[in-house]
Amino acid sequence: MTALPSSLLLDWKRIVRWGSICAVALLFVSLVGMPIKLDPKSIISPLLSLGYVSLFWLPLIFGYVASSRVVLEGVETSKPGLPDLLTGVLTGAIGGAGLTLLMLGIENFDIRDPLINWSPQLLEVLAFGARDLNPAVWIGIGGALGLFGAALNVIPESLRRGISYGFFTVLAVAIFEPALDDMSEGFRLEWLIELIFQKRGGLKLWPAIILASLIGMISIISKGKVKKAVAQYREQEAPKKKQTSYVLFGVIAALGIVLPIFMGTYVNSLLANVGIFLLLALGLNIVVGLAGILDLGYVAFFAVGAYTTAVLTSEISPFFAPGMTWVLSLVFVVILAALTGLIIGAPVIRMRGDYLAIVTLGFGEIIRLLFLSDFLKPYFGGAQGILGIPGIDLGVVYISGTDTRGIFYLVLFFCAIAVYVSWRLQASRLGRSWMAIREDEQVAEAMGINTVNSKLMAFVVGAVLASFAGAIMAARVGSVFPNSFMILISIVILVVVIVGGMGSIPGVFVGAFVLIGILGGPKQPGLLQEFGSLKLLVYGMLLVYMMLQRPEGLVPSARRTQELHQEEFLQDSWLKGTDDEEQSVEGEEAQV
Amino acid sequence: MSHLLEIKDLQVTFGGLDALSGLNFHVDEGEIVSVIGPNGAGKTTFFNTITGLVEPTGGDILFQGDSVLGLEPNEVTSLGIARTFQNVRLFPNMTILENVMVAQHCRTSQNVFGALFQTKAFKKEEEEIRQRAEEILSFFGSRLVGYRLDQAAFMLSYANRRRLEIARAMATQPRLMLLDEPVAGMNPSETAELTELIGRLRSEWGFTIVIIEHDMAVVKNVSDRVVVLDHGVPIASGSYEEVSTDPDVIEAYLGRPVESHS
Ligand SMILES: Nc1ncnc2c1ncn2[C@@H]1O[C@H](COP(=O)(O)OP(=O)(O)OP(=O)(O)O)[C@@H](O)[C@H]1O
Ligand SMILES: [Mg+2]
Repeated sequence: MTALPSSLLLDWKRIVRWGSICAVALLFVSLVGMPIKLDPKSIISPLLSLGYVSLFWLPLIFGYVASSRVVLEGVETSKPGLPDLLTGVLTGAIGGAGLTLLMLGIENFDIRDPLINWSPQLLEVLAFGARDLNPAVWIGIGGALGLFGAALNVIPESLRRGISYGFFTVLAVAIFEPALDDMSEGFRLEWLIELIFQKRGGLKLWPAIILASLIGMISIISKGKVKKAVAQYREQEAPKKKQTSYVLFGVIAALGIVLPIFMGTYVNSLLANVGIFLLLALGLNIVVGLAGILDLGYVAFFAVGAYTTAVLTSEISPFFAPGMTWVLSLVFVVILAALTGLIIGAPVIRMRGDYLAIVTLGFGEIIRLLFLSDFLKPYFGGAQGILGIPGIDLGVVYISGTDTRGIFYLVLFFCAIAVYVSWRLQASRLGRSWMAIREDEQVAEAMGINTVNSKLMAFVVGAVLASFAGAIMAARVGSVFPNSFMILISIVILVVVIVGGMGSIPGVFVGAFVLIGILGGPKQPGLLQEFGSLKLLVYGMLLVYMMLQRPEGLVPSARRTQELHQEEFLQDSWLKGTDDEEQSVEGEEAQV
Repeated sequence: MSHLLEIKDLQVTFGGLDALSGLNFHVDEGEIVSVIGPNGAGKTTFFNTITGLVEPTGGDILFQGDSVLGLEPNEVTSLGIARTFQNVRLFPNMTILENVMVAQHCRTSQNVFGALFQTKAFKKEEEEIRQRAEEILSFFGSRLVGYRLDQAAFMLSYANRRRLEIARAMATQPRLMLLDEPVAGMNPSETAELTELIGRLRSEWGFTIVIIEHDMAVVKNVSDRVVVLDHGVPIASGSYEEVSTDPDVIEAYLGRPVESHS
């Protein structure tokens, strides 16, 4: 037997395992229909579409993961090199082989019946539009991508950062194309858009390369200074941090007010959607994030707000049509939402955890079904809903439902209210009692907190904020239907809060922009319109990923991070020596 | 003359197990009374019943002459009974200051309106809450103040958690304070220090105190009166000297001599 050169001693088990997972992931993505549905969205025209990105990133990531090593402190590891590259290539190739098999399968068998996407269309996409492409090509592509992924492990860190920044910038610019296009008119920058984007969508090749290398270079040259600045900001002393936060907040607020002026209908309507969900999420954040009440029927209050506005402002509401102005109706919206909050809350609030979640889920549906029912049809129009809701007359200006910019400003105003309310309540007697209840309800009660009242208050505040969103929504769409208030909305809002970071206001903002702005709401399209029916799948995957990798959310609140990582905090303080050392010393002295 | 707390023939049953059977007990204003007894004697259950966490199957509990039976725990607290827990139960992710501030809930009244409009009354009350919290915490020397104020409670050492629990109970501004094994797990010097503090809780803050304790040194030092529980019934009561020589008590402790271990 000849001894193998040590460089070829690969960890075969690892390769096969990651390779097969990669293959399965590729099959899944293909059969779910991502490549087909996302193909129309061009990233670099005509070379690369989002459909192909949805396939390509998998072997790349798996190549990267399979070839990365656990670095243990103090343990000597050999330099990453050829064996790692080979691991990457093989992993990617095994993954690619999955698609080869899929292509062969589609050519020879027909099981379209259960699998809709087992189709010639998929085959065409997989064959890059060519008629008779040898399916084995995918093994090569997989291998190449795996190699690239593994290479990321081998190259120095700064280069890796440069490449990934470059890549993500191109991706982001392409995704934001419709928004940029829309904005360019306001800024008189159409020429720039024409310069870098293809008419039919997608970046032109050269601009893409220039952009990627530019950003890559910048990130390499700046050597992670940005990251350092962020870390520095987090480490700042409390008062200074507060100051920086105010400045940041001011800048963002100013942008929020000024930017829409330059933007067209498309971006503004997108922002209005984001804003409505943001408002809902800010409200739910008080209920779930601050008071710890898992309310799955939050959409009920959204519905109450919308229907109240509809009945009171529409001239053709079926039973009672006072034709009030929107502003006046808002008074009744608040009262009715608070009442509904009390009525739903009173029986529910005494329950704990899971029971409460299930019962609120039920109430959410009950409200919708009531509006849908024949019983209340004379008042709320049943499935036909209520039409003819006028725009919003503010005296100085009139905002019609189609005036997306006006609607956006209105939403912005109410979001500001919601932020203010969350912020003030958090630092009050009531906010502290919510925190205590979330930590340990029984002890909170033993310490003199009337838990029922406190929780009910959270419920009511949340209900009122949601009803504002409903009122704006009604005026914006001009009509309300029971089916606009499906349970799905409650869930999407909850996902926004969780992904953003429970209890964190910046987190909720980020969550709303990422989920609603980019992916889109339950019925509202986002920037990536092509996602359509895949939206929920992506939501689900994102949620699972977040729960596993970053349960505290994208922009976590300090308290929540601390809650989820108590041990690390204790370790840190032990290492820093800030814990009770001086006391044990003291104690020992006394003992002597 | 009526007692501050009077308990008449109290019975608590957990599915056939008599945790308390026919307990009579009273505390007068200004007293420090110790409740001792072997493990499982029903001491903690006794506290749980007074504070409304456990519902008794019989008997009555009178506080300042009125029955507290059927009241919610928070109502009992606002009447003026505060407690600590045997297995320290702080709000671990709230800061030390917040732990004490939140316990003043039932003595304060500002609600949503005040917080949203930042009324004068709201600001004044917030300031008072904070000041009282700091005042209470400084009772424990330098251990819970300074940079610690804004530290999460879970970062505290065990002894400090026990201290914070007492601070939290003080913040509810009680007349009667129930301490469940306040020195458990502390080292001798910490124990000695806390024993002294318990005395000061009465002399400086005017609390009446009932204390459950296994450490006989503490019992001997602080109590005016000792009540011994066994199997849910009081088997002896009187001064420490009387109780510690009572043959029934010695037997209840299964031959374990009841004396202070230093
Ligand atoms: N919630 C409960 N459900 C069922 N049984 C209980 C419950 N609480 C206490 N008990 C039982 O009641 C008896 C008295 O318990 P208790 O906790 O009051 O004892 P204790 O005197 O405080 O003991 P220790 O010195 O160990 O703290 C024990 O037998 C215990 O198992
Ligand atoms: Mg006990």
